[in-house]
Formats: sequence, structure tokens, C-alpha cells
Amino acid sequence: MFRAAVRLSVSGARSLTWTRLGCTAPLAQRCYSHGGKQETDDEFDARWVNYFNKADIDAWELRKGMNTLIGYDLVPEPKILDAALRACRRLDDLASAIRILEAVKDKSGPHKDIYPYLIQELRPTVDELGISTPEELGMDKL
Amino acid sequence: MLRLTAGRVGCLLSRRAVVGMTNSGARMSSHSHHEVSDQVDMSQPMYWDRLDTPLPDRAWIDVLDSKDKSLKQKEKGPWTALSKEEKIALYRLKFNHTYPEMKKPSHEWKTVIGGMFIFFGITGLVVFWQGHYVYPPQPHTFGEEWQAKQIQRMLDMRVNPIEGFSAKWDYKNKQWK
Repeated sequence: MFRAAVRLSVSGARSLTWTRLGCTAPLAQRCYSHGGKQETDDEFDARWVNYFNKADIDAWELRKGMNTLIGYDLVPEPKILDAALRACRRLDDLASAIRILEAVKDKSGPHKDIYPYLIQELRPTVDELGISTPEELGMDKL
Repeated sequence: MLRLTAGRVGCLLSRRAVVGMTNSGARMSSHSHHEVSDQVDMSQPMYWDRLDTPLPDRAWIDVLDSKDKSLKQKEKGPWTALSKEEKIALYRLKFNHTYPEMKKPSHEWKTVIGGMFIFFGITGLVVFWQGHYVYPPQPHTFGEEWQAKQIQRMLDMRVNPIEGFSAKWDYKNKQWK
């Protein structure tokens, strides 16, 4: 939903569709150059949740996954981030968990309402795992 | 501004080159092996602060003292048991700058604009000196009197009488239209 609606490019008009939280996602704009089947938003999300849910994920895979995900032109869905944070927990890596939260806040760019929404959705996970958000640690200020 | 007076062009450039290198992100910090020179070993995983690469290949601080080691041990337990300071310490062990610190604007633009103006100034001085010492005297045809006579001659010849030069002269009243 985020990805289809929130374009981080300067096309302001399209990004306004994001404001309706309950809107159904239009089909994904992921195009494969061979003109094959397009991946839907849900398939994309499921793929990434699966990736981070791997029980014995290692540190390299976590880094690779996060860096790749941040490279996409979208803000990841809360469920993907939830899986990533849990992967951090399995790897005993609190710092990376905080870093992930910082990264998605930065990814939202000018859309200041995305990050609070993400934190709201992730609140149960964050509390369960004992992760502090950057704001709680005072690290969102210089 | 002190920086600008301290060095001139050469110093500016060399300083900025050094700053550029150290700021380019690839950092070395408390490594166990000691480098003879300041060269970065590019064959090792490197650390960098990049907005688009939240988790770099290496942690910021590799060499942990006993306090850090015990903190890392505590990290293996429930994170709810960690205090805020400990969480911040863990973050700072793994990362150098936070995102806001990475995005902090620098004062480099002042150096750039200042350097530009210095160059313009020097160029202006060179041009002025050149005009004074290098150029030959102006041709005599540039003089006031000669120009007046030239214009009169052009009008007498009716240069461009329809749309151009002479068309703008009012021959009856002997003045410009």
C-alpha cells in the first residue's frame, strides 16, 4: 500500500493518494523488463517477510536485506519491518534495530506522517523486544 | 572566516581535499592492527555512514574493551533490561553518526562562495592591470571629435535610411527622433 501510493519522487499529485489510510492498493508498479508476470504488493511484502523470518538468518543476510530494501523506492510495510526487527533480536543486535527505525524515517522523506504510523503499528513488537525508538533515546536530535 | 585568511588558494584546495577524503565515509576506527601509513585497507570490510546503506559491512568500533564486551554480553539477554544509556552506548559502538548527524548541513558552501569571489577578485585585478599596462593606446578614431564627424558623415550618406541609422534622424529639425 505504501509503495504504490507513496512515490518518493517529486510527483506531488500522486503522493496525495497516501492520505487515505484504508485505501486499497493499486497493483504494484514493479516491472520486469522481460514483460512477464508482475509482482503484486502483497507478493512483494510476503517475499520480504519471508526473507527476514528465516530462523537462522545471519548478520550478512540481515545487512544485505536491509540495504537492498532501503534501496527501493518505497517505505517498507510494518510487517516487513517487524520481521526485520525480530531478525535483529535473533542476532542480538539492538543497534541495528534502532538503525532500521532511523532508516525508514529517513526513507519517508517529506511525508512526515508515515513514520509515526509505522511506530504505531510496530509499538507491540518494539515494546515486546525492548527496542527504544531513536526519539526515546534522544537520538533524533543533533 | 579565519580559515579563509589563514590560507590562500593552494591551502584551501589541499585542505578541502583532505577533508573530502576523511569525510568520504570509509572510516577506520580503533582497529587492532596498526597501519604504518594512513591508507585504508580496501580489501577489508569497511564502515561508512550512508543514508541509503543503513547497515554497513563493519561495525564502527571493532576493538572492544572489557566494559564494551560485558555490554555486548548483556545485549544477548532481554533488551528490556538495558538502560537508555546502555542502548545508546550499543548504538555508538556499532555506528558512528546517527541519521540526523549524517544529514547535518555543513558550512562548506561558504568556503566555495568565498573561494569563487577571491578568484573573481584576482581576475579583476589582473584584467585591470592588463588594461593599464598591456593594451596599446586607443586608435585615434575613438576620440570624441572624430566620432562626431563620423556620425555626421553617416547621416550625410543616408546610412540605412529606411529602418536603421538615418531613419532615426529627423533631417528637418536636425535632431534625433
